[in-house]
Amino acid sequence: MIWKIFLFLLLVFVSIAGIAFPIVEKPSAWYEFPFIPGLEENAKIIFFHVPTAWLTVIAFLMSTVFSFRYLKSKNLDEDAKAYASAQLGMIFCILATVTGAVWAKFAWGQFWSWDPRQTSIFAILLIYGALFALRSSIESEDKRATLSAVYSLIAFVTVPFFIFVMPRIMKGLHPGSADDANSGPVVDFQMNSSMQLIFFLSLIGFTILYLWMWRVGYRSIIIRDKLNKQQIIPTSSGQRG
Amino acid sequence: MSSYSIQSQNLSKLFGRRLIFKDINFSWEEKGIFGISGPNGSGKSTLVKIVAGLIAASSGKIIHKNSDGEIIPEKLHNHIGFVSPYLVLYEEFSAWENLKIFAKIRGVSFDAEKVLFYLAQFLLENRKDDLVKTYSSGMKQRLKFVFALMHSPDVLIFDEPTSNLDEEGKKVVYKIILEEGKNRIVVVASNEQKDLELCNDVLLLEKFK
Amino acid sequence: MIAKSYALFKKDFSSELRTRYAINSLAMFIIVAISVILFSIGNETINESLTGGLFWVVIFFTAMSGLARAFVSEEERGTTLTLQLIASPSTVFSGKLIFNLILVFCMNFVIALLYSALFEKFVVQNFTLFLLTFILGNIGLAVASTIIAAIIAKAGAKGTLYPVLSFPILLPLILTCVQLTLFSFDGTSFEEAQFEVAIVVGYDVIMFTASYMLFDFIWKD
Repeated sequence: MIWKIFLFLLLVFVSIAGIAFPIVEKPSAWYEFPFIPGLEENAKIIFFHVPTAWLTVIAFLMSTVFSFRYLKSKNLDEDAKAYASAQLGMIFCILATVTGAVWAKFAWGQFWSWDPRQTSIFAILLIYGALFALRSSIESEDKRATLSAVYSLIAFVTVPFFIFVMPRIMKGLHPGSADDANSGPVVDFQMNSSMQLIFFLSLIGFTILYLWMWRVGYRSIIIRDKLNKQQIIPTSSGQRG
Repeated sequence: MSSYSIQSQNLSKLFGRRLIFKDINFSWEEKGIFGISGPNGSGKSTLVKIVAGLIAASSGKIIHKNSDGEIIPEKLHNHIGFVSPYLVLYEEFSAWENLKIFAKIRGVSFDAEKVLFYLAQFLLENRKDDLVKTYSSGMKQRLKFVFALMHSPDVLIFDEPTSNLDEEGKKVVYKIILEEGKNRIVVVASNEQKDLELCNDVLLLEKFK
Repeated sequence: MIAKSYALFKKDFSSELRTRYAINSLAMFIIVAISVILFSIGNETINESLTGGLFWVVIFFTAMSGLARAFVSEEERGTTLTLQLIASPSTVFSGKLIFNLILVFCMNFVIALLYSALFEKFVVQNFTLFLLTFILGNIGLAVASTIIAAIIAKAGAKGTLYPVLSFPILLPLILTCVQLTLFSFDGTSFEEAQFEVAIVVGYDVIMFTASYMLFDFIWKD
């Protein structure tokens, strides 16, 4: 219980800090952030956009890992874990796409310009959409779990193409793509120490939030499934479950 | 004659979280006619498919062994002849073409004489060049037996072997079962009394609610 | 092993000759798809990039129209069980892949021919590069489409589900192939296009390996 309160306080602080702390040219107080070359005042979104994008990838990875585990063990609990990750992954993916588009409007002038990173996050959105479409079209639990596990693994194989290859070869507007001289404020750590602090707190806070939601998610799926089936190995008196 | 055996240890099957059967144990060696019976929904067809290597058990083991040792699932298909009501052959080809194609895909040589012999046994030799599309359901059922026997498998698995057959067809099937049962393992899954009478040993499945 | 896969391919091929599905429906689909594009463009001349992109658009949708049949026809007729009884999963996958490969090459050859005849800006300067892209792209398309076809054959709503599942998987391939096609229009040398070619080769290899290993899980009920 205590850690949930702590998490709540952490996220509140991060949200306030991320939104309210001013960005000025010459920061004097600890709560003032300097400019980042190329981003200027738009930098604040980094506290929210990057963690959501990061969590999309984490969720996708977890979904893939549990899909793999399901294929090995055929234990439906693993499928529940994979599915819960995918659901959260979809939510964070939508958030990342939207925050990215908002940032794009301010930084580049339009919401969408098919920059490689934008294309990639959109592709991941399509993968999640396809996964859910697939799942809803299969009645049998075993089949649903197996086929979505296989699809997740195949989709996972294409993800490195998006994340690593495309942005490097295609010209893009994103900080850190082929055109940009620096590899971006995150990789280069061009943020000053107070920005870094808020940034990492945000990252940690959202990650813990994700893990918590995931845990609640998969456990409720498992319980719901068991309730639906009401199947318990019969005792000798043939009791109904 | 190579020694073939099928053994199961605590075979259980779940569909999703629903239990079909559990802790099935049997040991079938060399030759004989073995029956599987039980009420509808007790998992007869499911068990038969597991024995044939078509689906995997949820837990427990099933082991096919011949004189060379254990046979892995990927190689199992050529050791087994399988007949069931839901087996379908390619209707756009003739019976003869179907059987030739199957031999090629199996990677075994097509023994024309033997195939003709079985077609004759099952009263199909006049119609061997007709498209399966034109066959009656009884003829299709009989053709499935030819399909199951033509590659001289070590194990014959028949699920509801007499479905769709008239008296004459049933006679042929019983004759084949008895004959083959002298040389190899024959598994018969059925609820028909007459089918089960042929068996040396019958495994009775119960239905879980 | 190849002989068995080839035998399966021949079965599908003979079946195809008897029913003539591909020749009729797919050929018509290609004609209709290209006609729709031509009608929408009207008298305008579209530039090179657009032509190259639309080329792969038609390829994608034609693939979606024709490549699922390899598995869906078996599922619909109930002959999946028959195949399970006579062949190992790897034989089935290889056999169906061979069929889809041949189909893809035939379809795309026709599409390329029609495009060069009907679209002004479809002019290839570096023919070797175009040919290489054509071959490697078709292989990737066939492999990815085949494994996804195997998946949707076991699901419901097969027709609509097929493009939905295939598109994200094919996206890296299509994007790179469009790029390479435009390079071949421009006359870019092979050396300059090396990185993109490497991506397609990588895609083909990785997709094939993953599909081959995962097919067993799809195939066995």
